[in-house]
Amino acid sequence: MDFRDSPEEAAFRDRLRAWLVEQAGRFPTSGDEYWAKQGDWHRALHAAGFFGLSWPQEYGGHELPPVYDVILDEELARAGAPPRPSLGYLLQGLGRHGSRELQRRFLPGMIDGSERWCQGFSEPDAGSDLASLRTTATRDGDSYVIHGHKIWTSYSDVADWCLLLARTDPDAPRHKGISAFVIAMKQPGVEQRPLRMMSGITTEFGQVLFDGARVPAEQMVGAPGEGWALAMTVVGHEREPSTLGYAARYGKLVRQLAARTEGKLPEELAWAAVETEMLRLHVRRRLSEQLDGVSHGPDGSLDKLLMTWVDQAVGHAALAVGGTRDPELLSAYLYSRAQSVMGGTSQIQKNIIAGRILGLGA
Amino acid sequence: MDVRLTSEQRQLRDAAAKLADDLGPGSVQELADVGRIERLAKTLASTGWRALRSDGASGVEIAIVAEEFGRGLVDVPFLGPVLADDLRGQLADDTQRWTIAVDGRAVDAMGCQRALMITGDWILASGIGTARAGADPTRAEAELVGTPEPVGELSEAQAHQWRALALVATCADLVGAARGALALAVDYAKVRAQYGKTIGSYQAVAHLLAEALALIEGSVSVLRHAAWAVDELTPAEAVRAAVIAKLYCARAARTVCETSVQVHGGIGNTWECLAHVYLRRVLTSTELFPVRLEEIDLGLS
Repeated sequence: MDFRDSPEEAAFRDRLRAWLVEQAGRFPTSGDEYWAKQGDWHRALHAAGFFGLSWPQEYGGHELPPVYDVILDEELARAGAPPRPSLGYLLQGLGRHGSRELQRRFLPGMIDGSERWCQGFSEPDAGSDLASLRTTATRDGDSYVIHGHKIWTSYSDVADWCLLLARTDPDAPRHKGISAFVIAMKQPGVEQRPLRMMSGITTEFGQVLFDGARVPAEQMVGAPGEGWALAMTVVGHEREPSTLGYAARYGKLVRQLAARTEGKLPEELAWAAVETEMLRLHVRRRLSEQLDGVSHGPDGSLDKLLMTWVDQAVGHAALAVGGTRDPELLSAYLYSRAQSVMGGTSQIQKNIIAGRILGLGA
Repeated sequence: MDVRLTSEQRQLRDAAAKLADDLGPGSVQELADVGRIERLAKTLASTGWRALRSDGASGVEIAIVAEEFGRGLVDVPFLGPVLADDLRGQLADDTQRWTIAVDGRAVDAMGCQRALMITGDWILASGIGTARAGADPTRAEAELVGTPEPVGELSEAQAHQWRALALVATCADLVGAARGALALAVDYAKVRAQYGKTIGSYQAVAHLLAEALALIEGSVSVLRHAAWAVDELTPAEAVRAAVIAKLYCARAARTVCETSVQVHGGIGNTWECLAHVYLRRVLTSTELFPVRLEEIDLGLS
């Protein structure tokens, strides 16, 4: 057991630090400016050799042990750089369920940032109950025609491609009639409608209306009716703190709050510091376990729940220090309320933990 | 960076778990089973684990045994003797049984004759009276007898390292007790039926237990680091890691134990249910080397 960097890890950290010094101030870190420049940041990170660290070399990754992602996240936060774009769950979805042809075509652009992606899962009536989705894909010659309405779609306004779930068999049992596609976003029949978050951010999320958009049949991921398996892979990975890289950002915000506090720390801030440190160490443990090839499955729900608690503890600390008069800290607090909803609500995570880990069946 | 337990550490954990499962109290009635306690004491003595530290074991290994003993409510002294062993170090061996004293009381004192304590730079030794039950039925305490005498000296660094170890050991006991309390509640929720269904199938109950498991997973992560830090970081850093772990684990463990009482319903509020024994152990391990939120400073790494 060793929580320190190995010599190779330390060398990587030094190289990364030096590069980050050169990038200082070039990329915004929050709000609409951050979302607008995120693609440039992704490409800059990849060009310098710091993106896709644990992903396959064949597609532009580096195939390093997953603990390198800890170093990346820590150093980005330390340097005041933007966080890395989180795409691991899409990569896992295509990587596990897509054909070699689809992987060769799409993974390099996903990893190097030359093509941008969004995830077309949630719908207005299919959020936590994803299997009730109603978007349809109807075969028409060599392609499928899509009709439906997606919502809470991150990066929908800038995405070139969408990993889309749609119902291909209305007569099959609801989990079995769903298929997955890689569909082009920039085509007729795809309409964007921005959503403004309660924090005021306008460009993170969108709604997407599909009205007769087309996708070639060979861009179905897996076989017809196999979309649910892909969805489970994607949401499982979406729920690990390790893929989200948030832990280091929470620590940074806690230190910033402490720097603004005189004398004794407010209790909320001291507690947020304890929680943040727990999560920092938890991510290390989880990523070390992946050295055994452990795939976490439902354990991702434990990680997501812990991360949510930490995010909201930090949000409460921001409120304790800044009150409502500091727009940035108010925004950090308001955004923390989304954490227990996005990627599956806390209630859904607890259902998964209770049912699939503790064995408390219905 | 690789924070997995080594294969030797996993073996130690399995051996400690087996001892606790085989000979720990499986019910409140078994707390009074003198024959069982004697077998447990004899078996533990044969393992040599109370002298792990002077045998060169790391903080991680002390924590591994303490965690399994907390989970199994092992009710013969371990924490007190293992921390005394760390203080005694190379002192001449004798046949007396040693524990530690904190705030003028010998803790974890059943069957012990002497207690060690730290005052300033000095290690003091004292005789102790007959051990008696306190709030925690699994660990007895005793009054000090006579005037404590100096038996050794500690550098500031040694004193810090010992405090870190003491915090980590009590922290591991907390995490183990929380795991035991959760297992008890989960087993109960799978068999206890109301309205024709097991109570664990109701979200109101299932969500409490899911939250408890998440708290335990977080506790394990923060404890592992603190245990490693005892021997691998500077003593001041080790204390800092241990303070954070103790704060997190104590809050988590109390919540998990309270959840266990709640899930057991009326039965959980009776003496016969083990849930309160876990809760009592958690409360006493929290008080042993307590830490406060005010101790947090923000030199966060």
